[in-house]
Formats: sequence, structure tokens, C-alpha cells
Amino acid sequence: MSASGASRLAVLPPPAAALLARATADRSIGAALLTARAGATLAAVFVASAALAQVATPAGKPGVVDLLIKWTPLLAQGFLFNLLISVGAMALGTIAGLLLGFARISLVAPVRGTSWIVVQFFRNAPWLVLLFFVMYLLPFEFHVRGTTIPFPDWIKATLGLSLPIMANVAEIVRGAVQAVPTAQWEAARSLAFSRRETLWKIILPQCIKPMLPPWMNWYAILTMATTVASIVGVSEVMTLTLRATNAEGRTDLLIPIYSYVLLWFFLYCWPISLYTRRLEAKYAEK
Amino acid sequence: MADVAAWFLALYKATGIKLTIFYDAYDRARFAEGFATTLKLSAYCLVASVVLGALAAWLAGSRIAAVRRAIAAFVAVFRNTPPLVQLYFFYFALGPLVPKVDGAPLLGSFGWAVVSLTLLETAFAAEIFRAGIESVPKAMVEAAGSLGFSRWQIFRQVVLPLAIRATLPATTNNLVNLVKTTTLAYAIAVPELVYMSAQIWSEQVNVPEMMIVLLLCYVAIVGVINQLMQWLEARLRVPGFGQ
Repeated sequence: MSASGASRLAVLPPPAAALLARATADRSIGAALLTARAGATLAAVFVASAALAQVATPAGKPGVVDLLIKWTPLLAQGFLFNLLISVGAMALGTIAGLLLGFARISLVAPVRGTSWIVVQFFRNAPWLVLLFFVMYLLPFEFHVRGTTIPFPDWIKATLGLSLPIMANVAEIVRGAVQAVPTAQWEAARSLAFSRRETLWKIILPQCIKPMLPPWMNWYAILTMATTVASIVGVSEVMTLTLRATNAEGRTDLLIPIYSYVLLWFFLYCWPISLYTRRLEAKYAEK
Repeated sequence: MADVAAWFLALYKATGIKLTIFYDAYDRARFAEGFATTLKLSAYCLVASVVLGALAAWLAGSRIAAVRRAIAAFVAVFRNTPPLVQLYFFYFALGPLVPKVDGAPLLGSFGWAVVSLTLLETAFAAEIFRAGIESVPKAMVEAAGSLGFSRWQIFRQVVLPLAIRATLPATTNNLVNLVKTTTLAYAIAVPELVYMSAQIWSEQVNVPEMMIVLLLCYVAIVGVINQLMQWLEARLRVPGFGQ
């Protein structure tokens, strides 16, 4: 902050510096406001398109607003399904990712090497391909000693989506652990802490704060990625939207209904990204 | 080539591992077309998103508040909504509104995939470029200003060369994500790698084999991109800047 103060004192501030100062100011004051504006834009598209379509509705047919209200409960059900998949995949991915992250910083070279390959593979494979993989190659039910355990599509989708999350969480863990000064490790060792104790009691507690923003960021990304499950046949919000538009067969419904769904995702992800940014700013100051 | 085909045919007869793309001319052509489409889609979106991203980053620093806000809204909307919904929105909701030329739509599924993915990547690229421009030390900009450089000169000769280097790692990331996101075009029937593979595996019933080939293909593409970008980073490295 002192630097921007200095440039304001200058008699003729250099133009690029002025640009920079403005950008910094924008970011610190207006970020939340600006994204709120983005949400407002999306809402405006929705309202305007719905209103236009409503006005232009041919006589004798139900209005677009009525149709939206009619389909809302079903779409909401689908959206809840998306949230369920996202929470499940995040939980699974975080647990597996923590373990994989520990493997990445293991002292045993083969463990480190193998986990590196696993991480690279799952980070670089497209989500859709991983989903296809899990969908087609896992059975739809298990037989354990005569009892049949069903293994529905949405659980498979959760598993499939947790794989890339696992790899990315592993990288977050590794990055955070490596960002802790080496002196911490050395100090712990000089106090006769074992490696495991050092990791659990000294290093990891320091890692939670820097890990939180990227972790939440991945949650937002994952939530948006759950729509991909519609491609492999899970009845989530996208599938239901397509079905709704097919059932109505009304072209004037398309823009309102899609911007409606977009708005839902925005409203869910936006507070997360807002909070992430605030946390990031908070930790960056230290 | 004939030897390879014969070997894979023998492999199928001996083990049941069915890799038709290596010995069946039709499947091979389809797979090659899918591969080419994926590369083409990625390349178009890459070029367009870098140009538009730079433009958006530049406009984000505009003097006109309305322009800055519009860019911020664009970035926020595209980053905070699912890419698949965006794709569907463009293809199914906006697609029918585009005028037809000689009975055929102006933009087919490939065209809409390019438009949709480009806008998505532009939103990410804009943020990266913005951060890159901001990463240039203020003192350097001030020094250039005090040497009488004009605004444009400072941008072109001081800020840009350093900003590009600062953004390279993030751009690599972005590019990898772009290639991975092109798989979504499957949903609107763009004949890319996943779509073609799905056709092959539903006809030949060789799902596991094709899945593995598909994954290896993407890992290979991403690997090549990583290598190229690392080479570029090493090539452009300035001593004393960055690590």
C-alpha cells in the first residue's frame, strides 16, 4: 500500500503506474461488487428473455413463465442431485488426495515416483474420459455372497469425478507442505519429534490455511463439472433441462430455461468464489 | 504399416485384445479424424482465446468504467458457470436463432464448440494476463516512465515482455485445461476424439481397449504441450527474473 501512496504523491504519475494503481484499487474495493454485477447481468438476461418470450407467447399456449414455474420442482431436484454428487466427490477426493499427497512427499523414492505418475495421469486425463471409464468398466451391481448390492450411475459418477479431485488435492497438499519453511522440520527434529509427529502436529496445522482457498476453488470447479454426468446418463439438472425442453418443444423456452439453470449455478458458486478470494487476500497479507 | 496392422490382428486373435483402429481401415480413418478434430478445435480456441484474452485484459484496464465492468462481468459469468451448460446454451438456445445460409445453419456443432470454448478460455486467459501485467514491478514501470517512454512504449517494451514470461506457466495450465475441455464437445456431437471413440466402441464392443487408447491419447497430447511450453519457458527465460 505504501507504494501506491508514493505514486500518488508524484507530480506526474507515470501512465502505466496509474493504470496499475487503478487496477489494484478496483480489485480491493470493487471485486465483490463487480461479480455481483455479473450475477445481475445473468439475472437480467434471464428476466429479459423470459419477459420477451412471455409477451410473445402465441395465444392459447401456456406462457414461458408458467412453464418455468411448472418445471422448477423437477429442475431443483436435479440440481440437488448435482450438489449431492459434488459433495460426495469432494469428500472422497479430499480423503484420497490427502493420502496421495503424503505419498508425494514420502521419503521412499518408489512411493514418490508412483504417486507422481498417478497424480500426473489423473490431472491430465479429461474428466469426461475418466467418467466414461468408471461408467463403462465398473459393474452396475455387485454380488457379495448371494446378496446383490446395486451400484447406481450416480455413485459411479461420484467416483469418477473424485479421481481428478484426488490428484489435484494431492498437489495442493504437496505444495502447502513444501511451502512450510525447512527450519520448521529441523526445529521439530531437534526436539525429537518423529517424522509422522512432525507432519501431523507441526506441519499440517500450518498447511490448512494456505490449502483452504485452492481447495474451495476446486470445489467450485467440481460443482460446475457435475453437469458432465448428464452426458453419461445421470438424471441431473442438465439432463432434466434437456428433457423439459424436448417435452415442451418450444424454441422460445430455450434461452430462459438455460439462463435460469446458469443462474442457479452462479448463485451457488459465486459465494464460494467470493469467500475464497477473501481468504486468499487475508492470507496473502501475512 | 502393414506389419503393425498384421501384428495387432494377430494380437486380437491370440489374446482377444481388440484394437481395430490399427488394422481396420474404416475405424482408423474415423479415429484419425477424431484426433485431427480435437487438435483443430484446441488450436482454434487457443489462438482465439489468447487474442481475445489479451484484448479483454487490456480493456479491463480501460479508463471507461462501463467497459471495465462489462469485462469483469463477462469474466465472472464464464468462470462461475459450468462449461457444459455454456455449450448447451450456445448450441441449443442461441443456435436456432442464427440465420441460415442456403438452408444450412451458419454455425454447425463444431463452430459453436469453437465459440463456446473460446469464450470460456478467454475468461481464464484475461485473468491470467491481467495478473501477469500486474506482476511487473511497479518500479520498472516508473523507471520507464521517468525515461520518457510513452504509455504504449512502456506496455510494448517493458510490461509485455515481462508479463508474457510471468504468465507462461499459467498459460500452460490453461492450455491443458482447454484440451481437456474439448471433450465436452462430445455432448453436441462434434466428431472429436471421444465421439469417434464412442462410435468405435459401440460398434466393435471393445470399450476397455478404446478407453485406454483414449486416455493415452490425451495424456500424450498434454505431455507434448507441457514439453513445448517448458521449452518455450526455457527459451524466453531472462536471468534474474522469476526463479
